[in-house]
Amino acid sequence: MLAHILSDIAAASAISSVLAIALVVARKYLNSYGDCRIRINDKRDLVVKGGNSLLSSLSEKGIFLASACGGRGSCGACKCKIDHGGGPLLPTEKPLLSVQEQKDNIRLACQIKVKMDMQIALPEAVFNIRKYKAQVIEITDLTYDIKSVTFQLLDPGEIDFKAGQYVQLETKPYARIKQTTMRAYSIASRPEDRDQIELIIRLVPEGICTTWVHKYLQVGEQVNMTGPYGDFYIRDSKADMIFIAGGSGKAPIKSMLEHLKVTGTDRHMVYFFGARTEKDLYLTDLFKSYEQVFPDFQYIPVLSRCDDGAEWCAKTGYIMPYIKEVLRDSRNTEAYMCGSPGMLEACKKELLALDVPNDRIYFDSFS
Amino acid sequence: MTISPVVLFWAAIFTSNILLSNFLGMCSYLSVSRELESSLGLGVAVVFVLTLTCALNWLVYYYLLIPMNIIYLQYIIFIIVIAATVQLMELVIERYTPALYYTLGIFLPLITVNCAIFGVALFMVIRKYSFIQTIAYAAGSGLGWLLAILMLAAIRIRIREKAIPAGLRGAGISLIVTGIMALAFLGFSGIVTVQ
Repeated sequence: MLAHILSDIAAASAISSVLAIALVVARKYLNSYGDCRIRINDKRDLVVKGGNSLLSSLSEKGIFLASACGGRGSCGACKCKIDHGGGPLLPTEKPLLSVQEQKDNIRLACQIKVKMDMQIALPEAVFNIRKYKAQVIEITDLTYDIKSVTFQLLDPGEIDFKAGQYVQLETKPYARIKQTTMRAYSIASRPEDRDQIELIIRLVPEGICTTWVHKYLQVGEQVNMTGPYGDFYIRDSKADMIFIAGGSGKAPIKSMLEHLKVTGTDRHMVYFFGARTEKDLYLTDLFKSYEQVFPDFQYIPVLSRCDDGAEWCAKTGYIMPYIKEVLRDSRNTEAYMCGSPGMLEACKKELLALDVPNDRIYFDSFS
Repeated sequence: MTISPVVLFWAAIFTSNILLSNFLGMCSYLSVSRELESSLGLGVAVVFVLTLTCALNWLVYYYLLIPMNIIYLQYIIFIIVIAATVQLMELVIERYTPALYYTLGIFLPLITVNCAIFGVALFMVIRKYSFIQTIAYAAGSGLGWLLAILMLAAIRIRIREKAIPAGLRGAGISLIVTGIMALAFLGFSGIVTVQ
């Protein structure tokens, strides 16, 4: 009887194994596309092994496109222009590309498999993006749900970024989360400190990365990050500046102001910070002190709810109504905003209504 | 009396349509029938996969399972054969005919779990079909399924803008439409009956 059962199991396993082996062999021979040449911006050539996604093929060669979802085709951050060798548009890409982008050959690098020689175009700034090994040297509570984390860069030991840009932090597996993920955070420290960066991270309920940072990350731990990314940085002009931030959106603005402190500026600057209640305010003394550092700077916290006797009750509600009061010459004003998509959308609408040029409104959305 | 493969082929399309008379393969039938183009792609993929896997399963059943006396494991083995074949097909199509891959290949993973494929494999065993009969029956069933999903897609496009009660939109009205289609197909049953 036992022999019977064993031989049946062996037979079934044998059939399955033959099929499995056939699949493995087929994958090895059919899924290999030999060496493929990727020509970037008509001057750089990469030779990669075909069969993998363009995103991972590029990152293997040290070129890191932004990717918040880790290649699942849900964030649309890894857009790049593919002039040749991308194949037809896939149903998985369509929802994330606008009609104009589809016309311009913009594709999602994570969805495209390298099968032949390709021609792609990338912005020059991408070549400045590197993978960094860094060590946590300080974690500070800024509010009950926002932490500041400072990293010492180990390898490479220095980063070259513009104030306002962001890095992507790689989480490690913890508790029920089995995979590593990448999440984008703006750099809060100034670009002059090239060997250290500070991130400001707010705990999002159920957030994979923020939970890891708040509950698991310890001083001394080593992590990986890539960067710098983004086109949110100060434009060199004489125009007035309005900064608007909400929640942990203070990070890029802090980097910008600290950078301006080093270079010096006499531009007219107003900084609105939107928070729910007084306990959501942080770094208030620092930003208030900047009113003495710069000749023409004002820091205005706006609380949506003000408890009795709180200190910052001068301005409450939404930020929008207060923008008009500080605007001097709207055509000659730049706006720098970082925060939740809803807040940004409302503020942008107000700025446009007040005649601030659309191409002078810069923002970094948390979406 | 053995049934001619030609008769089986036509019967599988019209009188004993795998979807409209056995109600197998409903999930992808309901979920992919929004557009004609994707319905056609999925339907053609079903025809190919069904014919190929049934032929393979017939060989596996009569040349491996019966001699080894492990017929009671047929469910597991059939599913493994189907899953492996679909994956192989996907690899081959992607490699050699990229154009086909973009129109048809992306549907292949959906088909692995299509119960029509498995149902036809079981029918061929229960009804003791020969190899030729199996191929005819499988190809016919695939075409029948293709016909059904194309009809549903065409009807869904026509009723898209109509005033359908909110609770019946989507799967609800599709099931009613399918029921009426099945009734209409009953009209064919006088021609030939296959059991």
